[in-house]
Amino acid sequence: MSLLNGVSYGLLLFMLSSGLTLIFSMMGVLNFAHASFYMVGAYVAYSIGLKVGFFPALFVAPVVVGLLGALVERYGLRTVHRWGHVAELLFTFGLAYLIEESVKVVWGLAAVPYRVPEALNGPLFTLYSTSFPKLRGFMMLVALLMLFAVWLLLKRTRIGLVIQAALTHPHTAEALGHNVPRVFMLVFGGGCALAGLAGVIGGVAFITEPSMAASVGPIVFVVAVVGGMGSLAGAFLASLLIGVMQTFAIALDWSLAGMLGSIGVAVTESTPLYSLWKLQISQVAPVLPYLLLVLMLIFRPKGLLGTRAD
Amino acid sequence: MAATLRYRPLNLARWVIWGTTALIMAVLPIFFTQGFAITLMSQMGVAIIFTLSYNMLLGQSGMLSFGHAVYSGLGAYFAVHALNMASKGQLWVPVSLLPLVGGLAGAVFGVLFGYVTTKRAGTTFAMITLGIGELVFSCSLMFPDFFGGEGGVTTNRVFGKPFLGVTFGPAVQVYYLIAFWCLVSMALMYAWAHTPLGRMANAVRDNPERAEFVGYDTQKVRWYTLIISAFFAGIAGALGVINFEIVTAENVSAVRSGGVLLAAFIGGVGFFFGPIIGACVFVYFVVALSDHTKAWLLYLGMFFMLMVMFAPGGIASLIMMQVQLVARQRFGRIWRHYLAAGASSLLVLAAVILTVEMTYKVSVDSSGGTLMKLFGVEFDAAAAGPWAVAIGLWIVGGWLFNVTRKRVSQVYGEIQAEFQQGRP
Repeated sequence: MSLLNGVSYGLLLFMLSSGLTLIFSMMGVLNFAHASFYMVGAYVAYSIGLKVGFFPALFVAPVVVGLLGALVERYGLRTVHRWGHVAELLFTFGLAYLIEESVKVVWGLAAVPYRVPEALNGPLFTLYSTSFPKLRGFMMLVALLMLFAVWLLLKRTRIGLVIQAALTHPHTAEALGHNVPRVFMLVFGGGCALAGLAGVIGGVAFITEPSMAASVGPIVFVVAVVGGMGSLAGAFLASLLIGVMQTFAIALDWSLAGMLGSIGVAVTESTPLYSLWKLQISQVAPVLPYLLLVLMLIFRPKGLLGTRAD
Repeated sequence: MAATLRYRPLNLARWVIWGTTALIMAVLPIFFTQGFAITLMSQMGVAIIFTLSYNMLLGQSGMLSFGHAVYSGLGAYFAVHALNMASKGQLWVPVSLLPLVGGLAGAVFGVLFGYVTTKRAGTTFAMITLGIGELVFSCSLMFPDFFGGEGGVTTNRVFGKPFLGVTFGPAVQVYYLIAFWCLVSMALMYAWAHTPLGRMANAVRDNPERAEFVGYDTQKVRWYTLIISAFFAGIAGALGVINFEIVTAENVSAVRSGGVLLAAFIGGVGFFFGPIIGACVFVYFVVALSDHTKAWLLYLGMFFMLMVMFAPGGIASLIMMQVQLVARQRFGRIWRHYLAAGASSLLVLAAVILTVEMTYKVSVDSSGGTLMKLFGVEFDAAAAGPWAVAIGLWIVGGWLFNVTRKRVSQVYGEIQAEFQQGRP
């Protein structure tokens, strides 16, 4: 059951990190505001959902977020592009601030009551007296459909070919008559739309509040780096890994003190560094992704399936 | 062994600048005696050290760090524990030397984390610092004994017998302590930029490949720079402890790291005095603006975005551009256009403020009615009239600003072209 929960959480992470990875591999831009687009997706879906219901919002909100992303690329990022990568990084960093504050101004500081729709409320099935919610199942379904759609778009269509060409040989693609800046705009908008889609579902599954971007943002970065910058398959693997790791770690109450106790070494409050020994894995859980990130960057900087180190 | 011939004339301008800075710092509390002004200036002093130490990384070595608060924050934690132990008599540390404790703690963590982070440069460096920052912040909630949990660690800076009548009870005495450390740190960091290590840091920033060919280990240069930078960040953290007498997990958080990045960039990372301006502007934004509006961070974010998009050299580069014009006697031709552009940008600013504040009033703060007061005018934010005014301001201001802005850049371009042709 933990495994299923972990997988569904991992798939949500994948929806987020896939957009980030796409944008990075295309444009070399590390989008700091990616999680902010996720948040905007949740809020927009909430506002639209109040009028037309959850399922239409599921389609409309990503489109809105995608358009917003395309506008940002066209009128912001493209201006900054000539100053280099650091300026682009700073731009998206400032954008994250701006979006979070705008959300606070428009929707308020408190969480909004973004509820699970009736059709997805309740358990999907029950296994050993624990039930698996329908919403989680729906989350997995959407993520898998999205993965399939993105793969199809990139590998089996003409526009996907152009995108791949612009990714590796932007100048050649441009010389062949393709509008590479417009492709960039499309990719940025598309990546943001994926984040928005994740937001629509993540917003109901978790809580829709102004700090949701800041809480999920660093994790998404970890996923993108651990998976290997620019590798979709790597992002998929890393999302599942981190999702499962997080879910399992929260449920475990093992600690070093307990482990030492079981092999006969007693650890009491008078032992030096007691606060370190008594830590349970569930308490350490929030740190694990970052630890993984740091270790990864030291020992295998290109990530699980990545191809380049910088 | 022949002695190297040295020619070092007295650098008068340098003595004048540093002397004036010291003088201004010394006399400021005589003119601004209110408690608010003193706290503001103390915070600015701390922020100046912190931002300058950050700029050692970003501006002088090209390392974009998203986790600089780790060093100042951990320095602050060690300083607060040292202060608490000193007041119990377990440790001998006078308050005036507490910044050294913070600095050393910062440097130790600089050695530790810096070894990991400086292995790579560029985007990867930024990512690792982000990871380390989140790591330390998560740890702060795991070890409540050291980090004080949610409430943080509190302390009292007044203990023991007064030394020459100085107790550090009154805020003015704290201000002078901060001013002293600020001046010393500024001078040391300025001097550092002219040491061989400082010069190599510039080289590693500009062209790491060549620096490596010359025979320098770029990782070591980055690492040593980071350690020194972490030392000064720790000093800033400890001074913050003396000023506020409390340290919370917020001190090591990403918010703090982001803040120092904003401050340094707004001021301008290309010049030594840029971050000083940035720190003052930033603290003023934080302290003064947050009293007036809930959306102050939004305004700060907008300001930052404008700087990134149109003036990546920060305020300092804008000033230096004018200095060049004044020095070559072209300022008289352009200042009218500046005035026009400034006036029209005020219209746009009014439009922005009106829109943001009315949106906030209607959507968030409407429980007590939608009446609000802005610039001394009272109106109903839910009525159509004010919104029409806002839209009008947007259109008129935007149009005027666009026209005047183009005029400024045209005149500026003409003047630059004259310089290119070699006219005096």
